[in-house]
Amino acid sequence: MNKPLRRVAIFCGLLVLAMLIRANYLQFVQADELKTNTHNRRVAINQYATPRGDILVDGKAITGHTETNGSDFKYKATFKDGPLWAPVTGYASQAFGSTQLESIYDSILTGDDDRLFFKRTVDILSGKEKQGGDVVTTLNGAAQRAAFEGLGNKKGAVAAIDPRTGAILALASTPSYDPSSFAGNSVKDSKAWNALQKENDPDEPMLNRALRQTYPPGSTFKVVTAAAALQDGLYDDIDEPTDSEVPYILPDTNQELENEGGIACKNVSLREALRVSCNSVFGKLGATLGRDKMVEEAEKFGFNKEQFIPVRVAASNFSTKMDKPQTALSAIGQFETAATPLQMAMVASAIANDGKLMQPYMVDKLQAPNNTVVEHTKVSELSQPLSADNAQKLQAMMETVVTEGTGKNAQIPGVTVGGKTGTAQHGVDNSEKPYAWFISYAKTDKGSPVAVAVVVEDASANRGDISGGGFAAPIAKSVMEAVLNK
Amino acid sequence: MSVVTNTTTITSVGAPSRRNTELALLLFAVLIPVFAYANVGLATTDELPSGMLGYGLGLAALAGVAHLTVRKFAPYADPLLLPLVTLLNGMGLVFIWRLDQSPRLHQRAEALFGSFSPDTPKQLLYSAVGVALFVAVLVFLKDHRILQRYTYISMVVALILLILPMFFPAVNGAKIWISIPGVGTIQPGEFAKIIIAVFFSGYLMVKRDALALASRRFMGLYLPRGRDLGPILVIWGLSILILVFETDLGTSLLFFGLFVVMLYVATERTSWIVFGLLMSAVGAVGVATFEPHVQERVDAWLDPFAAFKDGTSDQVAQALMSFGSGGILGTGLGQGNSDLIGFAANSDFILATVGEELGLAGLMAFLLVYGLIVERGVRTALAARDPFGKLLAIGLSGAFALQVFVVAGGVMGLIPLTGMTMPFVAAGGSSVIANWALVGILLRISDTARRPAPAPTSPDAEPTQVVRVQ
Repeated sequence: MNKPLRRVAIFCGLLVLAMLIRANYLQFVQADELKTNTHNRRVAINQYATPRGDILVDGKAITGHTETNGSDFKYKATFKDGPLWAPVTGYASQAFGSTQLESIYDSILTGDDDRLFFKRTVDILSGKEKQGGDVVTTLNGAAQRAAFEGLGNKKGAVAAIDPRTGAILALASTPSYDPSSFAGNSVKDSKAWNALQKENDPDEPMLNRALRQTYPPGSTFKVVTAAAALQDGLYDDIDEPTDSEVPYILPDTNQELENEGGIACKNVSLREALRVSCNSVFGKLGATLGRDKMVEEAEKFGFNKEQFIPVRVAASNFSTKMDKPQTALSAIGQFETAATPLQMAMVASAIANDGKLMQPYMVDKLQAPNNTVVEHTKVSELSQPLSADNAQKLQAMMETVVTEGTGKNAQIPGVTVGGKTGTAQHGVDNSEKPYAWFISYAKTDKGSPVAVAVVVEDASANRGDISGGGFAAPIAKSVMEAVLNK
Repeated sequence: MSVVTNTTTITSVGAPSRRNTELALLLFAVLIPVFAYANVGLATTDELPSGMLGYGLGLAALAGVAHLTVRKFAPYADPLLLPLVTLLNGMGLVFIWRLDQSPRLHQRAEALFGSFSPDTPKQLLYSAVGVALFVAVLVFLKDHRILQRYTYISMVVALILLILPMFFPAVNGAKIWISIPGVGTIQPGEFAKIIIAVFFSGYLMVKRDALALASRRFMGLYLPRGRDLGPILVIWGLSILILVFETDLGTSLLFFGLFVVMLYVATERTSWIVFGLLMSAVGAVGVATFEPHVQERVDAWLDPFAAFKDGTSDQVAQALMSFGSGGILGTGLGQGNSDLIGFAANSDFILATVGEELGLAGLMAFLLVYGLIVERGVRTALAARDPFGKLLAIGLSGAFALQVFVVAGGVMGLIPLTGMTMPFVAAGGSSVIANWALVGILLRISDTARRPAPAPTSPDAEPTQVVRVQ
């Protein structure tokens, strides 16, 4: 009977071996995958097990943490001036996960990042609790507040950039939400969260309009068309008369591209066309340059591509598959043209920075808990949409818009300001209230420290009114003032 | 089976009983869980647990009583089994206590039943009862061959035990429990496992020649005669019945696997294994097609994470994440989150806590301890001198091995989950009591096997020598 006994012994050995192999597979081969599985609550537990690091603005924390009871999440994130900073921080909720900076730099904020390994090891050996690192942003508290308060009860967004570096100074979006209200894991948090969802609040307070919403840019896009025309050499002198007829009939159609309010646009100069915002002039410029040249210029400004600052910015759209009349319409910011407020701020910043578009970024550096720098964002050039010479011509045009054109509301005494208004129609047959746009920059003797784009969604304006100048320009002005008075 | 010669008489006089080895190993088997217990306390509350002295003394007392009994009543028994089993039992208590400290399980129990009752005191009591039964087996079962007399009675008792749960309400989808007012619930399958091994051993010892020799050759295999197929068909039918009526995949698998293994050992015919595997495949596939409970288990095995989408039990997925999160060295005792498994975290799924808190290293150590117990059991079977002892030893250790594989494999997602408990470690009275008895019987067989043979009563041998040996 011993032979089968030995075989049974081998069989039992194989059973044990199978279990050992399986154990190795689970705990070694698949370990990381299981550890970070989306259903693994340990990920969230660990996220909130230690005091989370902070997100800093102007050297001060705009986030914090409190200890919670009766939950397996020990700490809860808190947000100071939540609605003000929500478009920057995103949220970090025990129940609903995290987004934006809170999500991207989660490992730094929890202290789990590999780059903090040494520090963490020292902490473990010395018996200290694990600490999170900090995320230092480039934002400007005063500018952000000016933007947020300027928008007030209106629906809209503001993005401001330092044109010289690409550093983002303000990102406001209204209506906003307070990430603190659902940072925990209780019934109250769920209620707050549900109330903020799109289906319960048609105003979509959790939508980051500055980065994730694209709007038809309307007349503000004319500066891109002007840049393309200058770059192409279509016109060298911004004061020479252009070859533009009124009425302008869209090519291959018998439809007229009308100007608003019966302004004089026949054969006006580029400067004058931008000052009074002639649809006929810029429409014709677009059609003359053609689709490919327009697309090339728009893409140099950053259109048709998602940006990562490092938070994802929705791609702004400039159609690459349009016919001639559609190109003319796109050139004045209509048809399928759509841009995020940040995209339009990038356009203004490239012009203000003598043609160089800097890569926009919102995180200056990442710090370990002991304030040593873990990562420093390097300033880099994204592209050069236009030459320095042409950029200065365009600046002169935009400055005229502010001194004696549609953008007078953005004038700041003693400071050179360039800008462009826009009133974008949208909806079926343009039935909905138009979007009011304003893009601008301010210039000092040390270059331009701020470029800003403002969009106000529900501007209650007549078509005829220059609502971009009326609603959006004052907000842009106060943001620029906030940066200049620093 | 061993040949008695004059030389063995001389050496066997001084044959080592290895009882001191056992004692030394037992010391470790008690100390390791005590340290682990302290570890849990330090990790969860930053202080040594208040019950540490009582717990340590309790475990030491159980181990001491068991050891003294073995020393007195089975002096030549295998020295490894008792320490291994004590270690598992002690560590099991630590893990159950650790899960008793879990706020998450407290909340869960309060939400479901209104109050939380710790399992550790109960488990300690069950362990004591288990050791008492172990002692009783060694004291009263002077020779395992006595069990042979109860072959058919065992069969009746085993059948009753297996069928009884059918008449009690299902608990969590499986009818494997009987509840006796005042005593609590009992899982008769755990006891049936031992009794059925006794029946098989007795039955096969008598029938082995008939089963092995009377056969027809067909396609290279020796096919058993129709009438010899009877018993295997009966057992097969019964295991299918258990599966269908009690929806207990584990017990029917164990039951049938045990029979095939013992049949193979008794007859030395590979054809029986082929038959066994074929029939279990047919039975399993057949039942899985019709029985929703079994089907659910198979689906959960194929895609454990589907539970998060369709709202079925996420236990297996939670257990897998628990293992994965443990990594190689584990989180440390008391610092894991295996309690996320929720239901049965400290019984069927306790291995996940081992994996998460002691890591791959600890889990492999546990699996090897189980493997070692099985190895000692098989060794006992090899050493046993009588066929009944051989069959019983391989039956018991085979059942133990199958049970460990079925539970651990299920929890680790290697095979579909079946409702069985990890021997000695998992919380549950029936399991721990029955397994202590199982080890008692193995020690009895091993003592008989390793006991030096009595000196031949040759006329010129001194009478005193015989006395010394006995």
